[in-house]
Amino acid sequence: MNAALDPVVGPATRPRRSGAREVLRQLMRRPRAAFGMVIIAAMFLAALFAPWLMPADPFEQSFDGLDLMGGPLPPGGVYVLGTDLLGRDLASRLILGTRTSLIIGVLANGIAVLLGAGVGITAGYFGGWTATILMRFTDLMMAFPALLLAIVLAAIFQPSLLIVALVIAMVNWVQMSRVIYTETRSLTEREFIQVQRSIGSGPIRILFRHLLPHLLPSIIVFGTLGISTTVLLEATLSYLGVGVQPPMPSWGNIIFENQTYFSTAPWLVFFPGLLIVLLALAFNLVGDALRDILDPTLQGRH
Amino acid sequence: MWGYLLRRLFESALILLGITFVTFVLLYLVPADPARQIAGRSATAATVDNIRNQLGLNDPLVVQYWRYLTGLAQGDMGRSYLQRAEVSSLIASRLPASLLLMVSAIVTELIMGLTIGVVAALRRNRPVDHSLMIFSFVAISAPQFVIGILLLYVFAVQLGWFPIGGYGTFAHLVLPSITLGLLGAGWYSRMMRSSMIEVLNQDLVRTARAKGLSKLRIVAGHVMPNAILPIIAMIGIDIGLFMSGIVVVESVFGWPGIGQLAWQAIQRIDIPVIMGVTMVSATAIVLGNLIADLVAPLIDPRIKTK
Repeated sequence: MNAALDPVVGPATRPRRSGAREVLRQLMRRPRAAFGMVIIAAMFLAALFAPWLMPADPFEQSFDGLDLMGGPLPPGGVYVLGTDLLGRDLASRLILGTRTSLIIGVLANGIAVLLGAGVGITAGYFGGWTATILMRFTDLMMAFPALLLAIVLAAIFQPSLLIVALVIAMVNWVQMSRVIYTETRSLTEREFIQVQRSIGSGPIRILFRHLLPHLLPSIIVFGTLGISTTVLLEATLSYLGVGVQPPMPSWGNIIFENQTYFSTAPWLVFFPGLLIVLLALAFNLVGDALRDILDPTLQGRH
Repeated sequence: MWGYLLRRLFESALILLGITFVTFVLLYLVPADPARQIAGRSATAATVDNIRNQLGLNDPLVVQYWRYLTGLAQGDMGRSYLQRAEVSSLIASRLPASLLLMVSAIVTELIMGLTIGVVAALRRNRPVDHSLMIFSFVAISAPQFVIGILLLYVFAVQLGWFPIGGYGTFAHLVLPSITLGLLGAGWYSRMMRSSMIEVLNQDLVRTARAKGLSKLRIVAGHVMPNAILPIIAMIGIDIGLFMSGIVVVESVFGWPGIGQLAWQAIQRIDIPVIMGVTMVSATAIVLGNLIADLVAPLIDPRIKTK
């Protein structure tokens, strides 16, 4: 009926808007993004099939898992990547740790995206006092030293997977809300939304039919980059001992548990460190490419 | 401009007030009992209660908060629960080390970031550019504790070029500065690269070339000054990254700054110290953002101060 008024569904459709398959095709054509996609796919598969991929029990402290002096075994031999200081198979712990990282990465970032986009859209659409209060609150959150806030929150609540995810989400939603606020603000001032308002369309209808399609590129881009931030924050919290708690392995807490041995057993820091960098890098590369593909005007520091 | 400055100062003060409130409530919720910690395990219930009364911990939250605020207004951040010292003097004794580390990290990230950005822009889409950009992607994807531990392993344990943590000489400063500055170096190199490319495409470069200037003079005299300006405005915003970074970097390297102070205080739930460091960090972040906002329109007149 009023399709012609909306640039998404109407004749004024933006030429760059493309289906998920087209986006995927463009991603795979870019070497860096393709590399990122392969890493992400591999990590998801490893997390999914962890029970079948792990060469040993990740919690078992084997008798033959330590050397004669009681130190961890180096890579090679029976234990492919060596053992940790309790004689547990490092490869198995790393594979199970992939699960931890991805569960927290996706969960925490999902919450942060919902919260950030929700706050941003609400403030942007309603404007006025709603916007003032919500955006002043984001100012306050931006001024908080993020890591200190996360550590204090994690110390208040006994850290479980869900709590760690919530803590990270509480720290990470702000960026998203600022971006979405600015975009919603300028969209609601444009004619096609004004027309919808004047013909009496309700906010819910306007949100889902007319606002979200335009906001989706930014949500996808910042959502993808956000997973990288989340993975790094989880690793850091777990490294400091206030994130994922042993014996449940996470790449960060593997380094936390073994760091006193780092000068004699560097592989206990190197392998988990490498995995953290690879996963965060993969999401950064894909997010960066998505930014180019979905919206060439989005540029610079997020 | 003055009206804008006044309004921004007022807003900043409000934000800091909000932070005192949120932090206070959060720390009030911490389940540990400070009085029990001070008294020790073997203390009787009466002793613990006595200490609670002395610290005013039995008062309602609002009363405690008001007492904290009025103290803060007079520059009094309270006393540490566990160390026999004022919070303000603890922070003052640790602040110089952190400032030294941060200034050194800014220098490191600017040198690395700008150099990488310039070289990448001049060799755009060549192998050098691709490798440098992959390096900066890795720099923004690597957690600081991993970088720190690996640098320590290679350059301190294996090669013995630098001491394994500690504080005191220039040699102690090198590895922590690189660790803290690498993230910013990654960001700055990408910004510098796109900023340079933008300027390289402008008319002034064509004019300079038409005047017969050498390539070096064009880049050093015309392109770089124009490309660096937008980046300088970002330094204020780095403070936020540093305030998170120093907690990790100082703990990896045993650097005696406020990050380490905060981390030790959190582990032992020394609430006045956590509160104090949070306030100092938040003030630094707010000031950094304020400076960034004030400098931006001076550098680029297109940015309006509304």
